[in-house]
This record gives sequence, structure tokens and C-alpha cells, in this order.
Amino acid sequence: MDRILFGDNQFFGVNHISDEKSRQQLVHFKNDEAIIEVLDLAIQEGVNTFMCTTYARIGNICSHVKSNPEKYADFKIFPCMPYAHKYANAVTELGMVGAVKSYLPGNMVGTMLKGGWAFLSKDYLKLMEVLVDAEMKMFEGVSTPIIFLQNVVTDMLLGLQAGEVLAAFHQYVKKRYKAEAGFITMNLPLLSKTLDGLGIEQPIICTSFNKEGFRMSGGVKAYEEVLAAKKCRVIAMQIFGGGFIPAKEAVAYVSSFAEIESILFGASSHGNIKATTSWIREMSLANNKTKSLPNEQSKL
Amino acid sequence: MDKLKLAIIGLGKMGLSHLSIAGAHSEVSIVGVCDTSKIVIDFLKKFTPFECFSDYKKMIESSKPDAVILAVPTKFHYEMIADLLQKKIHVFSEKPLTTNPTEATHLTQLANQFQVVNQVGYHNQFLGTFIEMKRLINNGTIGAIQHFTGEAYGPVITKSNESTWRSNASEGGGCLMDYASHVIDLINGSIGVITKTHGFLLKKIYSTNVEDAVYGLLELSSGVTGVLSVNWSDETYRKMTTRITINGSNGKIICDATELKVFLKNSIETEGYSKGWNIKTVGALQEPVDFYLRGEEYSAQLDYFIKAALKKVPNTINTFEQAAHTDRAIQLIQSSN
Repeated sequence: MDRILFGDNQFFGVNHISDEKSRQQLVHFKNDEAIIEVLDLAIQEGVNTFMCTTYARIGNICSHVKSNPEKYADFKIFPCMPYAHKYANAVTELGMVGAVKSYLPGNMVGTMLKGGWAFLSKDYLKLMEVLVDAEMKMFEGVSTPIIFLQNVVTDMLLGLQAGEVLAAFHQYVKKRYKAEAGFITMNLPLLSKTLDGLGIEQPIICTSFNKEGFRMSGGVKAYEEVLAAKKCRVIAMQIFGGGFIPAKEAVAYVSSFAEIESILFGASSHGNIKATTSWIREMSLANNKTKSLPNEQSKL
Repeated sequence: MDKLKLAIIGLGKMGLSHLSIAGAHSEVSIVGVCDTSKIVIDFLKKFTPFECFSDYKKMIESSKPDAVILAVPTKFHYEMIADLLQKKIHVFSEKPLTTNPTEATHLTQLANQFQVVNQVGYHNQFLGTFIEMKRLINNGTIGAIQHFTGEAYGPVITKSNESTWRSNASEGGGCLMDYASHVIDLINGSIGVITKTHGFLLKKIYSTNVEDAVYGLLELSSGVTGVLSVNWSDETYRKMTTRITINGSNGKIICDATELKVFLKNSIETEGYSKGWNIKTVGALQEPVDFYLRGEEYSAQLDYFIKAALKKVPNTINTFEQAAHTDRAIQLIQSSN
């Protein structure tokens, strides 16, 4: 995993602080060209991994990447699935069964009409696999070494104590896509304990990590203890605490932990991308000099 | 420490979300879960440790819960809640409480009579921004209220749809009961109780049986008036967005789930709000939760219910009595149309 990962919230108007800002972003990134332009700026600053939700529009970005193989030779995408609001709205509109039907690929609907639905609905893990395949279709031909489960699903299964499904996702992604599974969560301490209990070694977990404890369930101290236990590979997200921690301070805090393997951030302007990436590099280096790092090779 | 024995009836989108949050709660033991959907129950049987039922009466009899979370279509609420209250079981019900305010009033009476904890899932009242808005209204920071606007928009129904219970008004479906009820409850709980309605429009956009938008004027018991504007077929919003705007003699508040914006004509130093615009974000206003699923407010409301049932906090937020005001306002809007 690269030290710095580039996120996608700014492209799709996901802003945890301001609905107004969210609308401005949607206007700015209305065309795919605007997204590609910013991705190219990030690449220019040495950030080659794009972590993104499986919105339909990401398919266009994938097509662009595929049609420029030389330019994007080192470029990787970490898909994060599913785009939950799409499903949640569908459940409200069509009911649980209707929603699942509406997102299955066309040939599956045919199978269901022949009575396959009854079979499929009993084999939940098969159904999960079919839905993963449907989400992964747009990434065919693009390097996707890590495939993430979104926090809404990870945390829902966590609360339901249905860890077996998390383990099944982990296995399937490895088998079918030769990829590592990643889990996004707002509950790092509980997830780390659960995955450890399932025998999943060194799982990749992407979680809120910031000095203010924003969206860190259980509190900052519990999160720092998980890092110290070294039972998972942590990606820090929401490092700006949703936007209210000053940028340099925010970067300094997450960079101070040798155990945080990667830092995820998103930005729209070249200035912000440049500043944040250089701070992360400088501060990580500074900390590397003063702290002993057990897994040096994964840094930078 | 004794844990609260909790059961959940209804495992749709809200029920599963409640089950997950309660399942991760350190003071709860889930003693039973119930739904008539075989797909959902089979899933839970296979992958979770919870005891599963398809008949809620059998579940209550066999698992003997102290408290129940009810997340079934609204039309079933009255009969089921009345049954649970008479068995002295604490009840957290999804919103709206009933499809008819007479029933809501009766449930309030029963809850008081049997002295059980009662709460309804109007989760906005547990959002840091709306809590602070209510505090600023109550302590007079923005002065005397002159006008308010309550709005909610989102992309629920964006094309002609297959029918579910949400597309049937008598079952508690439609934009008024499903979406507008949140805004109505926020107005009732934060600004004042709605007692009259004027010039309401219930508009169909894509649905054939229910309204997709609700527009009209509201009058509160204090005489203050304002606008209600709700549309669940607005795909310019990524998800449900609820906003309250209040004009007062000393300024204005614009509040949504993420941001509280306060404009003051004169500073109120004791409150830390100065002349001109003051912006506070949810990050600064929201209390953290122990388990996060889809917003702090969902975890916070269940935590409050659980603690109230364990007698650790008073049962004063989102009570049946308050939800009955909202059911009454919904009926006023329906009958004025």
C-alpha cells in the first residue's frame, strides 16, 4: 500500500460539514474531465492510488484509464463497495426483494424467473458474490489490488455479529480478484477484535483517525491502543475531522503514528494536494527518524 | 450489571439498523428478533447469534423482553404497541407513532398508566446541530420568533414505482408521513406545537396513490406562523436533507444536520455568539457515540432509550406524547387538503 491514497468525496459532493460546499463541488465536478484533471494533478504529486466508491460515474474514469495505458501504468484503484445510498433508496422504493432484483445483472434476472430466485435467496454468500461481481464490472482491466467494503455494510454486519459474512467477503475477493479485502469502519476497536477472532491476520482497515476523535467510536485512546497492538494494517481517513481541524495540525497528528500505514485524503485544488502530500512526506520522514519502525518497507 | 433484555419486531431497513446498533451496545442483551420475511429471518438465523421468530406474540411469550424496538409499517403500530404496553414492556417505536392522533393519544395514556418508557424514532432531535438550535430558541438568543421555514428534500421516489407499503397512505406511506413527519416533529419539539394549517398542497410527482411533495403554511399555539416545504422526489439531493430556518427579532438561525448558522443583530456574549454570522459544525456540536452505524443520532437515540429503560436517564425526549402532537399535525394537514 502506498503511503498516501487519494480519496473521492470531493468529486461527488460528499461533505460531512457543509451542504453548501457539497453543492459547489458537484457543480465543479459535473464533467468527468474535471475529475480526471484533478486525478492527474495528484499523480503529478506522486499519488498513484485512487480510493473510490462504486458510483456509476467511476466507470467513465476507468474507461479513461484503460484507454491511456502508458500514462496510467502505475495507477491503481481501490474500489469501495457498495454505494449504499443507491441501495437504501432502492429498498425504500422497491422493498428488499425488489431492490436486490434491480441490481442483479440482466442474466441473473432471467435465472430468477426460472425459479432461481428461491435458490439464490437461500445462498446468501452466493448472493454477496453476485453483487460484488456486479460492482466490480466497471473495473475490468484496471489494477484493483485492494477491494473495500464500505463502512455502512462493515459496521452493520459488525453490530449484527455476522462476522462470517465479513470473512466470506475477505475470501471471495482473494479468490476471484486476487485482491486483498479492505474494511472501512467507524468502529476500529470492535472491528479489529472481531476480525482477529475470525482468524483474519493483519486485515486492512480504513478508519477515521484524527486528533479530535471525530467519528472514532470508543474514543481516541481506544484507537491508539489498537495501533499499538499491531494486529491490523490501518489506513487513516477523515484526518481533518470532517474539516474543522487545521490541515497541518491534522497531518502532524496522523503522521506521528508509525503504525498507520497509509493516509487517505481528498482535495480539489493543486495547491491543497501539493501542500498535504508534502506535509505527509516531511512529517512522516521526521517521525521515522525519531521512532523505530517495525515495518519500514511499507513506508513511503 | 444487569443488561436490558431487548427484542426487535420488524427487520426492514430501520429494524436491521436498530438491531445492529443495539447488538453492539454493552448494556443490551438481544433476546429475540422477529419478522415475517423469510429471507431476512433465514439470514439472521444463519449468520447471527440472535433467536429468530416470525410471530411477535410467540417471541414476547418465550423471550420475555424488558423492552421492544418496533419497526413495522405504521398501520400495525397501534395494536402492537397497546399490547406491549399492557404487558409493561418499554417501547421504542419507529415514526410516525400512528396513522391517527386518537390512537396516539390512547397509547400515550397507556404508557403513562403502565409507567413504561416510551420513545419514537425522530432521530433529528439527537443531532448536535438541532439540539443547539432548540437551546438557542429557548433561551431567547434570536429574540422573539417572527417566522420559520421547515424543509426536507431527498431522492426517495424519482421514477414511477412498484408498489410497497410506502406507496399506500393508509399504511403510513407517502411523503407526508414518511418524510415530512421529521420536519413537523422538529417544529413541534423546537419552536412550538402546530395547531392550525393553511393552504396545504399534497402533490403527486411520480406516485399514483400517495403524495411526493407537501407544501403549506403552519400556525403554532403561540400564534407564530411558518412554511413547510417537503419533497422526496428531488434528486438534486444525494440523501435526505432537513433544514429549519427561523427569523427572530435578534437575528436568524439556519440549521441542518451538518451545520448551524446563526446571525445575530446584537451579541449574546454569555452564549458565545457574536454580532453577525456564527457558524458551528456538527463536528464541534455532536456528542460522540460508542458504536457508529449511519449517523451519531441513530446510536444516540437508542442509547437514550436503553438508558431510560435502565432508569439511568429520564424519559423526556421524543415521548409518545410529543409524537402524538406530530400525528395530530399530520391529520390537520391531511384534512385541510
